[in-house]
Amino acid sequence: MKIEIRNGRLIDPKNRRDEGASLFIAAGKIAGIGQTPAGFVADQVIDAAGAIVCPGFIDLGARLNSIEAELAAAVAGGVTSVVVPPDADPPLDEPELADRLVHRAADIGKARVLPLGALTLGLKGERLAELAGLAKAGCVAFSQANRPVVDTEALLRSFEYAATFGFAVWMQPQDHWLARNGIAHAGEVASRLGLAGIPVSAETIAIGTLLQLARDTGVRLHLTRISSAAGLTQIGKAQKEGLKVSCDVGIHHLHLTENDIGFFDSQARFDPPLRTQGDRQGLSAGVARGVAAICSDHTPVGADDKLLPFGEAKPGATGLELLLPLTLKWATAADVDLATAIARITADPAAILGSDRGQLGEGADADVCIFDPEASWRLLPEALRSKGKNTPFLGYEVQGKVRVALVGGTQK
Amino acid sequence: MHNPQLNRHGELTHLLSIEGLPQEVITHILDTAASFMEVSQREVKKVPLLRGKSVFNLFFENSTRTRTTFEIAAKRLSADVINLDIGRSSTAKGETLLDTIDNLCAMHANLFVVRHAASGAPYLIAEHLARVGRDDIHVVNAGDGRHAHPTQGLLDMYTIRHYKKDFTQLRVAIVGDILHSRVARSDIHALTTLGVPEVRAIGPQTLLPSHLGRMGVHVFHDMAAGLKDCDVVIMLRLQNERMTGALLPSAGEYFRHYGLTPQKLALAKPDAIVMHPGPMNRGVEIHSAVADGAQAVILPQVTFGIAVRMAVMSIVPGN
Repeated sequence: MKIEIRNGRLIDPKNRRDEGASLFIAAGKIAGIGQTPAGFVADQVIDAAGAIVCPGFIDLGARLNSIEAELAAAVAGGVTSVVVPPDADPPLDEPELADRLVHRAADIGKARVLPLGALTLGLKGERLAELAGLAKAGCVAFSQANRPVVDTEALLRSFEYAATFGFAVWMQPQDHWLARNGIAHAGEVASRLGLAGIPVSAETIAIGTLLQLARDTGVRLHLTRISSAAGLTQIGKAQKEGLKVSCDVGIHHLHLTENDIGFFDSQARFDPPLRTQGDRQGLSAGVARGVAAICSDHTPVGADDKLLPFGEAKPGATGLELLLPLTLKWATAADVDLATAIARITADPAAILGSDRGQLGEGADADVCIFDPEASWRLLPEALRSKGKNTPFLGYEVQGKVRVALVGGTQK
Repeated sequence: MHNPQLNRHGELTHLLSIEGLPQEVITHILDTAASFMEVSQREVKKVPLLRGKSVFNLFFENSTRTRTTFEIAAKRLSADVINLDIGRSSTAKGETLLDTIDNLCAMHANLFVVRHAASGAPYLIAEHLARVGRDDIHVVNAGDGRHAHPTQGLLDMYTIRHYKKDFTQLRVAIVGDILHSRVARSDIHALTTLGVPEVRAIGPQTLLPSHLGRMGVHVFHDMAAGLKDCDVVIMLRLQNERMTGALLPSAGEYFRHYGLTPQKLALAKPDAIVMHPGPMNRGVEIHSAVADGAQAVILPQVTFGIAVRMAVMSIVPGN
């Protein structure tokens, strides 16, 4: 199948390309850009007039509770690769489970699934999972999702073991003791509403520990879902010092603050919690500078699990289909150009994964997203493919609509 | 942001929190309560305002005392009162909070008095009632988590007004475990709304929430400094479980620093009143000589509480 995508504005941040150019796809790969390759006869021509043509998005964190619906949601949102945290039920701590997930995703044939294996058995933070076996089954890195490793020695050993094999470790930095009873940012809103707080120090202390152990062990560390300006500053400093550490920020944390809890709105319950306006601005500036990538932190939660008192409601929001519109909205608000914004959900996540995807260079896998940046749509439950209708933006008019997503040169 | 306890006309349809209530609404409740004080003195202590109405006391967290005062208040308004000790029934069988509410709606409830361990639970109920079109059912928050206990806040204001008349000249100190106290939060909002120029919070840093200054409160860690020249001293109950973690070393040390003794009370104005939401821990937060002393108005608080709850339960269903 040979495809020509013409008349679009081609944005490929990795290869510093932003121009009106046709894209040629053959045998699932990028066959040419601009110039028609010799002997190329398109079986299909996609007219991308008025649209952006860019690499398919790589989401660094999406939970797939009902895998079929969520992978359909992914491609509907232009997401062609999805990193899945290991906190499924059961946790992804055995090679057979990873194997099954990878095959199931291949059968469904929508977005690519990149599972994170559990770092420890049952994510309990005690005994190591079979990392090499999990890697062989397709796990791209190892993680505790949002569960802690309370025992610092176990943490050190797990880093040493991962470093032995060159595996990357992804950790959500949150001090167990400071965070364990909390349900909201320890700030003005939590004080006023009488919600137990999680201080910023829960994040910065954990980051300090994790960075130190990464230095000591040489493990490749990725820190997920940074929520505070101070935390991001800490990571930025370590990067400047030459430590190979990367991080991501959930898209909702670039838009919302503790004030969005309003009168106990459980849609604004997140893990880590939404913090202050100053934190939001710090995160936004850090992402603009390239300290962190953006992810959806897609967490489908059923209505019943949100229709509970704030502290009993499950945290998280649906995100796969909002990644593009919310990234565009962030770019406008933060005065960031389109190519930079797209880099945060394509080339940057690819670099974190050590993957060749997230770009449209010749010979690359043809994972492509074609979207209309101006098209607006109303965020209603029926507009979402995901089973998770949980979003604080319900009813909002958002901009940015995916027209076509291709995975390996096949339209999804 | 729409305040879910007010209707389109700004009238009170639920009482969920004192925060955000206009001063006139609070004053109206206190004035109405004053008119009910007389009812309690009568031979037949009843008015027919809620005749034929059903008040459901939904206590998801145990509290004999608060439930009893709501029950008395509802009965004096001639309502039918149904007490549900939910902690031991439906939710124990796995029913969700809103399923329970739907069931009780089907039993033709008119007013829910809700006590819940989770901050914000009464908001969830009020929003649910609006969603399912049951604007005819009203919610009164009888204490939610650490968040609010608005009727306690109102009865405290009634007590202060009774003894001090004018709010705008007062210095009021709230002493103790403000972090975990829904009473303190409701008092703070009520006092600042009613124009009290100086509200003080006294306690160790472990028992004071952050950002109290943003709520208009002056923070003191030294009790002597905090009590100086106060007109009103509101003592808070210290739960025993606060002693098990790292918040406080012992009841004894707490009492030495933050217990109200006659000597410390002498630092306040000579006519200062001492309040306590009950139940008291004598020898922990308050010395018996103060609790039983001439300046204590702790028992009148209880009496006023019934009138204030009658006022709230009569006003809310009318809107």
